[in-house]
Amino acid sequence: MNQNNVILNTLTYVVFFMIFLFSIHIFLAGHFAPGGGFVGGLLMASGLLLLYVTFDLETVRKMLPINYSILVAIGLLFALGTASIGLVAGDAFFTHYFNHFQLPLLGDSELHTAMLFDTGVYLVVVGVTMMIIESIGGDQ
Amino acid sequence: MEFVMCAVIGFLFFAAVYLMLSRNVLRIILGTAILSHGAHLLILTMGGLGGEKPPVLQDGVKNAMMADPLPQALILTAIVISFGVTALLLVIGYRTYQTAKTDKIDDLKEDEFHE
Amino acid sequence: MNSAVFPIIVPLFFAILLMFAPTQRVYQKIVATIGILSTLSMSVFVLQKVHTDGAQVVTFGSWQAPFGITMVADSISTLFVTAASLVTLFIIWYSFTAIDREREGNYYYAVVLLMLVGVNGAFTTGDLFNLFVFFEVFLMASYLLSVLGGTKQQLKESLKYMFINVFASALFVIGVAMLYAVVGTLNMADISVRVTQLEQPAIVTAISVVLFIVFAFKAALFPFFFWLPSAYSAPPIPIMALFGALLTKVGVYSILRTYTLLFPLDTTFTHTLLMILGIATMVVGCIGALASWNVVKIIIYNIFIAVGLLIYSISLFNEESFAGMLYYTVHDMLIKAALFLLVGLLVYVTGTQQLRQMGGILTRYPTFAWTFFIAILCIAGIPPFSGFIGKMLIVKGGFASGHIAGSIWVLFSSLIVLWSMIRIFIYAFWSKEGRFETVPKPTYVKMLVPTVTLVALCVAYGIFSSVVWPYVQDGAKLLMDPTLYSQFVLKGVK
Repeated sequence: MNQNNVILNTLTYVVFFMIFLFSIHIFLAGHFAPGGGFVGGLLMASGLLLLYVTFDLETVRKMLPINYSILVAIGLLFALGTASIGLVAGDAFFTHYFNHFQLPLLGDSELHTAMLFDTGVYLVVVGVTMMIIESIGGDQ
Repeated sequence: MEFVMCAVIGFLFFAAVYLMLSRNVLRIILGTAILSHGAHLLILTMGGLGGEKPPVLQDGVKNAMMADPLPQALILTAIVISFGVTALLLVIGYRTYQTAKTDKIDDLKEDEFHE
Repeated sequence: MNSAVFPIIVPLFFAILLMFAPTQRVYQKIVATIGILSTLSMSVFVLQKVHTDGAQVVTFGSWQAPFGITMVADSISTLFVTAASLVTLFIIWYSFTAIDREREGNYYYAVVLLMLVGVNGAFTTGDLFNLFVFFEVFLMASYLLSVLGGTKQQLKESLKYMFINVFASALFVIGVAMLYAVVGTLNMADISVRVTQLEQPAIVTAISVVLFIVFAFKAALFPFFFWLPSAYSAPPIPIMALFGALLTKVGVYSILRTYTLLFPLDTTFTHTLLMILGIATMVVGCIGALASWNVVKIIIYNIFIAVGLLIYSISLFNEESFAGMLYYTVHDMLIKAALFLLVGLLVYVTGTQQLRQMGGILTRYPTFAWTFFIAILCIAGIPPFSGFIGKMLIVKGGFASGHIAGSIWVLFSSLIVLWSMIRIFIYAFWSKEGRFETVPKPTYVKMLVPTVTLVALCVAYGIFSSVVWPYVQDGAKLLMDPTLYSQFVLKGVK
């Protein structure tokens, strides 16, 4: 951790959570408004990158002990699984399903299987970006 | 509008070719990135610029009034792919620089020739 | 309905499973074996289904045919998908002993399966942009494979390989964009209907040349072949075999598809271009194969000869040459993989790639030597073996459409193939004792068994060619009449 850079350190504590929440917001907005898994994932990755800039690699690994390649695998599994729902249901591959549900607190909300696919995209984008950053930033 | 876009695309291709013809590995990587940006803008222009048509269907908008969604889908896919490829190129370029101790493409010639 | 996508999603699923535990070697090997075996059985199942029930078409997300992304398993694509899965099976089997532990622990099998996903997808897709996406999938996997291990040689070569392919991909996007502007669709069947109604066919011919350059980069055709020898010789042998057997064939397949289906308008120009470049590629391959003293390079230059022959047979444009082309492509995938595996064994027992330092293998490893000899007969096209039937059909097609000189050159080039391969046999197997490494017997046997099986399969492919013949004939009929393709894809659409 870089002790001399007080402004960066202090800001990171606040800004990281803002980026994180904003990425979730963008991700959830994706279905009817601009946004989605790819953009949200990139935002999340840039938030994590901010952590790497502020603290060093070891500290961040201790804070977030995530194996990014497994994250990619889980994301791909989500995407493939969503696409394969059609196979089980007897429709064409990649067929999506949606309906309106009455949820507690949220009221009438539309749920769509494309959301699950986007979750996969989100995880894959975060995982791949972080894998690349770690493989370059791991030196020195 | 199409004319302006064509000029922009042409300029991007020119810049990309200029960068790709240089000897520095990093510049070539930037050149390929700019080349793919030019190609993405080309898809956008070739699909017909929508003007003020809404990009996504909303209530009260008829099908015929909507902008063609296909070029947008194509560009998004192409951007994701070029993002991935450029990132991988940067990693491999960096590793090559570390191993071969050079970033000049001329020094990366094949080691052994046939006898 | 969905069976067309099975050969693509099955390897993808197993590749994902492999990513969960990269360092568990036993787990990796077991899952990779199950994955490739189930992919192969799926593709054989689809091949059979296509033969009995006709082409299998699925459009993603239940959209109607020209709007959604279509996957089409017809007799051509399933034939290629089956061959690709078969070749990958043998290469994975060979990799169990030939790939070092470090690569195994770095997602080697997962990336091989991902590459198969891309290759099978590129064979199956019925949408031009989706073809681009699957190209990128297998290219991405091939970048990873060629850099895996990270030696200096590999890093240098994969950087250049990536530059070439990124440039070609950008050209692909440009070509697709222009085609979309002209015909307003990217579904191949829909394009093939609409190009015939265009008032200005010349612009489509121009676009066809842009796309041709992209595919020519992938297939390593004459002016765009320069990257291949050095890029393919950097990674270890099993990866080289995978590249040599599959990647150039995807380029050839794309040329076959686009030039029979999408751009049949100005055939006098486009097919003359194909013919000239095909023959020029063969010339380059012959010169390289005879000039080189590096055994790996000799096989790599033999790839050019095969690609040139296939492109020449596409340019002939008659049913006989198409049947020969389909038959020969499958033969070439099998035999090229077998030759790379054999050369890998050769390099393993002698410890060198230089032909001049080898010698006397026949006395020490007789089984290996005679397997190599049979493989030479196969690739040169000596009658009972598999190369003969394909070449005979292509040459007959050439004579039928009046291209006498080209067909005679094809015959002559197979003599050069025989010469270049026999040169390896004479120097490495016959002459007096050369360099040898001390090789543990079990490792040698473990590498020999998949190789011998693959060569035996090549021989069987020639002798029992009547088994595959119906599929090949279906494919050739389909290529001659592009309206058949658009009929079964756009079924039910006005």
